[in-house]
Amino acid sequence: MTTRRKYAVIVFLCLLAIFVLLAAPFVGMKITPLSAIYDPVGSGKEAEIFWMIRVPRVCISFLAGAALAISGMAFQALFMNALATPFTLGVASGASLGAALYIRFGLPAVLLGLSGIAVSAFVGAILSVLLVYGLSRLRGGFSTATMLLAGVAVSFFFSSINLFTQYLSDFTQTFRIIRWLMGGLEVVGYGTVLNLLPFAAVGSLIVLYLTHELNLLTTGEEMAASRGVDVLFVRRILFFGTSLMVGGVVAVCGPIGFVGLMSPHICRLIIGADHRVLTPATLLFGGIFLTVCDTFARTVIAPAEIPVGVISALLGGPFFLWLLVRRSEGTVL
Amino acid sequence: MKIVYEVNGLSCDIDGRKILRDVSFTVGEGEYLSVIGPNGAGKTTLIKCMGRIMRGGTGTIKILGRPLAEYSSRELAKRVSYVPQADGRLFPFTVSEFVLMGRYPYLSPFTAVGPGDRKAAEKALETVGMGEFSHRPLNTLSGGERQKVFIAAALVQEAGIMLLDEPTTFLDPRHSGDIMGILYRLNRGSGATIVSVTHDINNAALYGHRVIALREGSVAYDGSPGGIMDSEVLSRVFGKEFLFTEHPQTGKRIVVPEAI
Repeated sequence: MTTRRKYAVIVFLCLLAIFVLLAAPFVGMKITPLSAIYDPVGSGKEAEIFWMIRVPRVCISFLAGAALAISGMAFQALFMNALATPFTLGVASGASLGAALYIRFGLPAVLLGLSGIAVSAFVGAILSVLLVYGLSRLRGGFSTATMLLAGVAVSFFFSSINLFTQYLSDFTQTFRIIRWLMGGLEVVGYGTVLNLLPFAAVGSLIVLYLTHELNLLTTGEEMAASRGVDVLFVRRILFFGTSLMVGGVVAVCGPIGFVGLMSPHICRLIIGADHRVLTPATLLFGGIFLTVCDTFARTVIAPAEIPVGVISALLGGPFFLWLLVRRSEGTVL
Repeated sequence: MKIVYEVNGLSCDIDGRKILRDVSFTVGEGEYLSVIGPNGAGKTTLIKCMGRIMRGGTGTIKILGRPLAEYSSRELAKRVSYVPQADGRLFPFTVSEFVLMGRYPYLSPFTAVGPGDRKAAEKALETVGMGEFSHRPLNTLSGGERQKVFIAAALVQEAGIMLLDEPTTFLDPRHSGDIMGILYRLNRGSGATIVSVTHDINNAALYGHRVIALREGSVAYDGSPGGIMDSEVLSRVFGKEFLFTEHPQTGKRIVVPEAI
């Protein structure tokens, strides 16, 4: 694909993102008439639903989708592994354990003005990140192989504690834990959006800043080092930047599957593997994808909702299989 | 001759096993140094330590009189380039994308690759005779073509010193000959300093100004290419007897395989 066409794809994704961001809040159980948003006082309830529920929700889904997609892309490059996801290093299981413990022990609903369950999940995510980092450091250096193993081990460990917590919980608690694990984007007002924004922005900027380095890491660490990349530094800053971002997202939305795995792959198929264009494309695509999924999730069986994690995984599962079958022998990513 | 590389008392352990023991030598500017030795003698480790692809080890390495540790990653990449052993991994990039990545030490974040960089990449691909392949995906190339592209990718770094790890292993005679020709021209024509690890004793001696032989992590021979073609020296290095004959063009001694 020529450079010109790659930029055309990015411009198209930008326009699509704007369209989706503008259109999605109008879609719901009832289509909000345009008049409602101009005349908030006159149309009362409809305007309130639009401004306080749908708009923040669309913002959250776009932010979360973009953040997960870009982290997935960074991890795939970092580990030179097509199956890496933002959750590969145990962030999701840490957050899930935090949420499960919170529900089991019925901690206060609001902590420091933030949603208690989100704070608890975030603490779990940070703990898992630090644990993985500590374990990787133990065995000298900070190699990606050790990191992967540590991530998987921490994931399993936290998941088993999570299961044990569920086993000890009553029916209502177990239901709430499982419901949380499916992921959801129910928010009211802009507090959550503003909490998530700094994580998503800082993490995305770090990844956007390191696009040359990501390209070189894809060709192998030795190659990257010989081209002048400070591999240890880049790996560390990517690890912490994206983990914090993912931790923030998971704390708010739960472990939403597959956005982080699929979006980078789809974009790579469309636009190629050059991270200088792949990164913005993946960011936009992830945001668009999750927003569209969530719009489906809250309209298909309205007034009830399908958890967005279920929808994105339903779309993601078959794609994942297709990817496995299609992947040509020996090709990395 | 100006000294560009100074390796002094280099020792290196990997997982408790001694790979290099007290290795010392120097490389002069414009020199072509061949490093030979049996499998597991520490050749690859040596070249990785020299390029700081691998960290750790004791002893000092100086490049142009300055300790290796003082170089930033980018500074080092402007002085020394490295062509790794072919490991069969394929990358999802086109030839020109891949070669352009070699310009990394000259780029800052967010800067797009400029026309100067493109020119450098084109020139490097021309040098290795791969000018027409620039839009081909890397994973459609043969092993020999791929190796030429890797050399071009090292060339765009515009470093005066090039380290190569077994550049001709796994290649057919034609591509192997092409690669040796490219290295010879780079060295004798453009004055590049070359340190090349190889299993091919004949190539090492025919193209190098100097040959170093490693055995069990120590320098077993350091001297002229002529001197290595000695049955006592070679059997000490490889633990095996060799047969020699004369090169039909140059009259230099070369090794030949035994008939069974």
